[in-house]
Amino acid sequence: MNNLDAAFSALADPTRRAILARLALGETTVMELAEPFAMSQPAVSRHLKVLEGAGLITRRIEGTKRPCRLAPGALEEIDKWLAMLRRALEANYDRLDQLLADMEPGKETDPK
Amino acid sequence: MTRLTLKIEGDTHVVVTRRFKASPEAVYRAHTEPALIQKWLLGPEGWTMPVCINEAKPGGRIRYEWSDGSGGSLTLTGEYVALEPFGRIVHVERFHMPDPAPDNMPNPTPDNHIETRFEADGQGTLMTMRMTLPDSATREAMLATGMEYGMEASYARLDELPA
Repeated sequence: MNNLDAAFSALADPTRRAILARLALGETTVMELAEPFAMSQPAVSRHLKVLEGAGLITRRIEGTKRPCRLAPGALEEIDKWLAMLRRALEANYDRLDQLLADMEPGKETDPK
Repeated sequence: MTRLTLKIEGDTHVVVTRRFKASPEAVYRAHTEPALIQKWLLGPEGWTMPVCINEAKPGGRIRYEWSDGSGGSLTLTGEYVALEPFGRIVHVERFHMPDPAPDNMPNPTPDNHIETRFEADGQGTLMTMRMTLPDSATREAMLATGMEYGMEASYARLDELPA
C-alpha cells in the first residue's frame, strides 16, 4: 500500500507522467529522456529517482550509463491514471445527462 | 449504457465516446448554446463558468472561463472549423493556464483539433469525440493536465442533483 501511495504521488507530476509515457516505448537513457523535455539531465535524474522510489521504473548499470525502463506493473498505474480521467469526464457528462433530461420533458423517464 | 470510453489511438489521437438518452439535436445544442454549456461543462465540484462565448458558425470564436470562486481560474479559447447541425462539429481549442503553468507545459497549450460526431443510437445519441494533438508528448501532457485541473468531481454530489 505504501508503494501505491508513492506511485500516485510520483504520478501527480506531469513531467514524470510524460517520462513514463516515453518509457512505455522502451528502455531509454537519461540523455535521451532529457532531450524532449528541455530539461537538464540532473533535473531528469531527480524525477527518475522519484519514479524508481515509487517502483514505477527500474534502472540497470551499463558502463557509465544507467538506462531505465518501466517496472513490471507500472502500466497498471498508468491505466489507473487514465481511469481517473475517464471518471472526470464522466462527471461532466453525468451533469449533461441531467440537463438533457430537463430540456426534453417528454424524455424524463428512461425509455429502456 | 451511458458509460464513457476514453482511448488512445495512434501517436496523437484521443478518442472519447459516450451515449446519451437524448436526441442528437439536444446533445448538439448542449454543446453549442452558451446558456446550456454553462450548466454542465464545469469540471470539478465548486467550479463555475462565468464567461461562455460560443459562436456556432465556421470561424466562430469559443471562449470558456472557469472559476473556483476563490481565485482559481482556467480559460479555454478556440475556433469553429465546420458545423453540421445536429451531427458533426469540428473545432480547434487550447487551454490558457494561470501562471505559473505546470512544469514544462507550453502556455497556452498546443492546439487540439477536435471532431465531434452525434449519431442517432436507438432513441438516444452516440457521441464520438476524436482529438488530434500535434505530437505524442503533447497528448500525454494534455491528458495529464486534464486531471491536474481536477476534471475529477464528486460522484456523490452528482447523485444528489435534483431530477
